[in-house]
Amino acid sequence: MAPFLSQYIWTWLAYTIAGVVHVALIINLVAVGALIFIWLERKISGRIQDRLGPTRVGGKFGWLQTLADGIKLLTKEDLTPAGADHFLFKIAPYVSFCASIAAFIAIPFAGGYYPWIAQHLNVGVFFVLAVLGLEVFGVILAGYSSASKWSLFGAMREAAQVVSYEVPLGMCVVVPVLIAGSLDLVVIGDSQAGWFTNWLIFHDPFTFIIFWVYCTCATASVNRAPFDLAEAESELVAGFHTEYSGLRWSFFFMAEYGSMFSVSILASILFLGGWHGPIPVTEFLGLSPENGPVLGYLGQLIGAVNVIGKGVIAVCVMMWIRWTLPRLRIDQVMATCLKYCTPIAAAMFLGATIWQLQLPGKAFFGLKDVSPAVYAIGDGGSAAKPADTEKIADDQDRIARSTLAAPKLAQKGL
Amino acid sequence: MMDAIYWPSFFFFLFSGLACAFGIAVLLSSNIVRMAFYLVLSLGATAGLMFLAGAEFVGAMQLLIYVGGTLVLLIFGVMLTSQERFVVMKTWAGDWVKAFLAGGALLFILAYAAFSIPEWRGIERAEAEALVAQPSVTPIAMGLLGARTDDPSRSGYLLPFEIVSVHLLVVLIGAAYLARAKRSRSSIEKI
Repeated sequence: MAPFLSQYIWTWLAYTIAGVVHVALIINLVAVGALIFIWLERKISGRIQDRLGPTRVGGKFGWLQTLADGIKLLTKEDLTPAGADHFLFKIAPYVSFCASIAAFIAIPFAGGYYPWIAQHLNVGVFFVLAVLGLEVFGVILAGYSSASKWSLFGAMREAAQVVSYEVPLGMCVVVPVLIAGSLDLVVIGDSQAGWFTNWLIFHDPFTFIIFWVYCTCATASVNRAPFDLAEAESELVAGFHTEYSGLRWSFFFMAEYGSMFSVSILASILFLGGWHGPIPVTEFLGLSPENGPVLGYLGQLIGAVNVIGKGVIAVCVMMWIRWTLPRLRIDQVMATCLKYCTPIAAAMFLGATIWQLQLPGKAFFGLKDVSPAVYAIGDGGSAAKPADTEKIADDQDRIARSTLAAPKLAQKGL
Repeated sequence: MMDAIYWPSFFFFLFSGLACAFGIAVLLSSNIVRMAFYLVLSLGATAGLMFLAGAEFVGAMQLLIYVGGTLVLLIFGVMLTSQERFVVMKTWAGDWVKAFLAGGALLFILAYAAFSIPEWRGIERAEAEALVAQPSVTPIAMGLLGARTDDPSRSGYLLPFEIVSVHLLVVLIGAAYLARAKRSRSSIEKI
């Protein structure tokens, strides 16, 4: 956007406008998303518990309930406990919220040559994971500075849990990176173009299993039930946000829903085809930038709807799980991480590596050939080799391949 | 007038200023959790410098390892070992002098080394604007796997990478060995 604008106005103004637009879009997505998700959570939990949920505010489905709650929260008194560390207590919700929003900077909503992304990083996956890990910092600050034993217990639980679950989560994320051959989220998404059979979840049996491991670890790393020990209301009152009130409390909730949404979108880009729908409708209709800007824009819009739709479905599944399963004990949480998720993720990682070495350029459990154009996206442009020709022979071969790959990658702006 | 400002330099001074300011805040603060908080902000500003230089991989690494590492240090090193609620650290005047001597010497050596390399001197603005950041991830990964993309005739960094990995594994096993519960059979029976 900035290079386009700078043709018409001063460069510094173009970059400022582009930055403001991106930030405004992201904040709106997270804030409005939180509004809708909180309403959705209440409706879904109501239905699961054989209730109706909110019905009155804003007409038939009570869909203005969250807005009314928001106004109520605005009018509440902003309390700080007498024994608290005031500065850290006040700043902790913002730390969580910033980390949750910052992850969206590197998340693409549509791909291709003109991806819809605030900042195109060539280490997108890595950046998102790194920033999501920072959200826990706000929680720890909140728990520590509240000067309350419930808060401190909640923060310690959360810290132990998040630090443990980063390990299997990282291992799960490495597998799509390995198959697509890039850390760039745009490249990973575009390597799954075409029918749903090209999605990485169906790439081989190992990716199919590791997707479910990813779901477990992602749920745990954003502290959703059944892993919500940090705010276990039956034991810890409300955990780390016991002492918070009003808008500061709601910042924690926006951060929670924001990071739920970002791990869901990450799952959809890594495993579920990202902006490519199950049926390549945009391809049939010719909605690509080559056929003019309007059709290209429409194609990107459908892509963004795909990403956000998949993200919302994943968030709904998380809610469904929350209201179905009972909360785990802390030892069960740790056992799930260390005894199940980590070894399964490690084994699946090895399996996926061997599969990719034996059957490169295949999709849908090795039954289908990926078209060379699509395969070349992820392979760094080193051309699709048939499965039965030479494997990676020696270093010389690899150097030859990589020197070929480097300028092409540079052309694509990676 | 706004076009006269060279924005990369502006952002360099912004991020480096933030990093230095929060670094000084770490020194002047006496509450250990606040120190950790300022340290995280300082390291985050350093990550911003990396992103500004186009070294996105190193920037993300900075966020993941240093910022995340400070977090773990804070939790397991400080909060689990402190006896009081809000730990306050007092620094004696003699300690300030010693710290200034050690820190100043290190700063002098680093600054001297940095300014003595001719390639690191500032370049003309036209020259700087012509520079385009090269992709960094693929060369780093290939280098660690033993193939240098920039200079194929030289060997990569597979051996150092493996040595570091094995070293890390040894440290992990050692930490688990040291941290395990050392209960004798009799003490369990007493419980």
